[in-house]
Amino acid sequence: MAVTMLPMRPAYGEALLALGHANPNVVALSADVSNSDFSYRFAEAFPERFVNVGIAEQSLVDVAVGLAYSGKIPFANAFAFLFATRALEMIRTHLCYGNANVKLMAAYAGLSDSFNGPTHNSISDVAIMRSLPRMTVVVPGDTVALAKLLPQVAEWPGPVYFRMNRNDVPLIFDDVAAASYVPVIGKAVALRPGSDVTIICNGMMVSRSLEAADLLAGEGISAAVLEMHTVKPLDTEAIIAAAEATGALVTAEEHSIIGGLGGAVAETISDACPVPLKRVGVPDRFAETGPYHAILDRYGMSVAHVVAAAKAAVALKK
Amino acid sequence: MHYHSEALIRELSARAQTFRINTLEMVYNAQSGHIGGAFSVAEILAALYFHHLKIDPARPDWPERDRLLFSKGHACTALYSALAYRGFFPVEELMTFRQLNSRLQGHPDRNKLPGIEVSAGPLGHGVAVGVGMALAQRMNVSKPSARSAGSARASAGKTYVILGDGEINAGVVWEGMMSAAKYRLGNLCAILDYNGIQQTGSTADVMPTEPICDKWASFGWHVQEIHGHNVGEILNALDLADEVHAMPSVIIARTTKGKGVSFMEYDNRWHGTSPDETQFKAALAELEEGLGQWQ
Repeated sequence: MAVTMLPMRPAYGEALLALGHANPNVVALSADVSNSDFSYRFAEAFPERFVNVGIAEQSLVDVAVGLAYSGKIPFANAFAFLFATRALEMIRTHLCYGNANVKLMAAYAGLSDSFNGPTHNSISDVAIMRSLPRMTVVVPGDTVALAKLLPQVAEWPGPVYFRMNRNDVPLIFDDVAAASYVPVIGKAVALRPGSDVTIICNGMMVSRSLEAADLLAGEGISAAVLEMHTVKPLDTEAIIAAAEATGALVTAEEHSIIGGLGGAVAETISDACPVPLKRVGVPDRFAETGPYHAILDRYGMSVAHVVAAAKAAVALKK
Repeated sequence: MHYHSEALIRELSARAQTFRINTLEMVYNAQSGHIGGAFSVAEILAALYFHHLKIDPARPDWPERDRLLFSKGHACTALYSALAYRGFFPVEELMTFRQLNSRLQGHPDRNKLPGIEVSAGPLGHGVAVGVGMALAQRMNVSKPSARSAGSARASAGKTYVILGDGEINAGVVWEGMMSAAKYRLGNLCAILDYNGIQQTGSTADVMPTEPICDKWASFGWHVQEIHGHNVGEILNALDLADEVHAMPSVIIARTTKGKGVSFMEYDNRWHGTSPDETQFKAALAELEEGLGQWQ
């Protein structure tokens, strides 16, 4: 199957620009990386609604908070790891405790800034962000998902962490299928039916999970694929239904296996419907510099890892 | 600059002393809170809330209001007292400070109490959040020519930030200062409550910040240095800051931590200590005597 690869960053730049045209209250801020994340498109069109605070992520978030408390809808742009670690106290205190309506546009997430290496990777951000009361965490899987979810982020009440890949990613849907793909924040999307195991996935791992499901089918295992683009608020009904229907689960995410989507699913089923669960993601370690797809493969997120996890989960069923 | 009558100055000075008395009672009642920094900021709050700020307690969300960001959130008893007497909530509520079900949280919560522009407690946020508010106030002016002027008059309201001198140890304060200067925020005014004491000792020992006026000036701010317990000087400085349009303003207010109670002044132990009954009575007597001087 020929896979179309499309770049996430221009898609984001285009979607943010469209939001700027649609809503005059949308403003954008940057920690001087607008040519990295393509928010420069917004800056060029709306210079009076764009703020560059320099290389200062803590101030970036605080300035956005002031704008939000004055009725603006700020889209703050920075690298994911800097939001999740350097600016975390600002996010906790003002976006979450204060309920500031700031949208965090987290660029270069996961391992996607692979050549810059582990200092620029972000493998704990979902765990950190989803533990904060009032935070919403959204992880689009491709350019189609990004374009359909970003306008919802602008309308969503309260803070949002929007986690984006740096690179070209496989297009999950062709033009025809994309028309029927209607992601809604907080609702899982059933991408493929199956009866033996459900692979719950998001971001870059959606396309890899679909590939894994194809391979599993060839080995007689029927794997459902459930896209969980929203990690918080989590669609627990869809997870429990999947656990009950297939009796085994796999989570697949470009994130540490600690505390992210895998952790969220584990918490959900341990309360409601304990079934075997295998988590695919980065084991508890830092990665290294190298080509993106090779790094994903080496650090636990190859298609083969998903296939193996699915088989292991099925084998654990009684 | 405006003429400020002796009667106004006496009235505001008495208000400030009332905030101190309330603070003492609230912290004694809760056996928890921060007295020293509340005492040092009292006159600044009185001058702003009871004279200078364009606010309406009946409409705390009035879009064109001035914003006051109280960045040194631990000193909130003085702020709560000012807001209550200004009419944002009943004065009787003050004594619920730090109790269960109270709107008067240990540190100010903007979602619970009217008049709180920003939740505060973790130090250092006020200037950068104030930059965002001042930018929004400027964006909300419809005339593009007025917007680019960067003047207070060209904006829908003005933003004030009160911060402490220990607080400026935090790097994000200086990040915010740079952004304010870059965007020439003439509608942003910071008031630095420079009481010289922080939790474990004098600011000079913990983290030297002098020459403080030179530092702010070199960051592109208009600087005034005043006696922070002299209401007349505070009012004049606020008026003068309104005449500065091309750059942000800071008023360095030299104050005394624990001001008004002899055994609390200049003593870092009263940063976060609660008085026992004997101390409470002695402090109250001193504060009431001080209040009498203004009445």
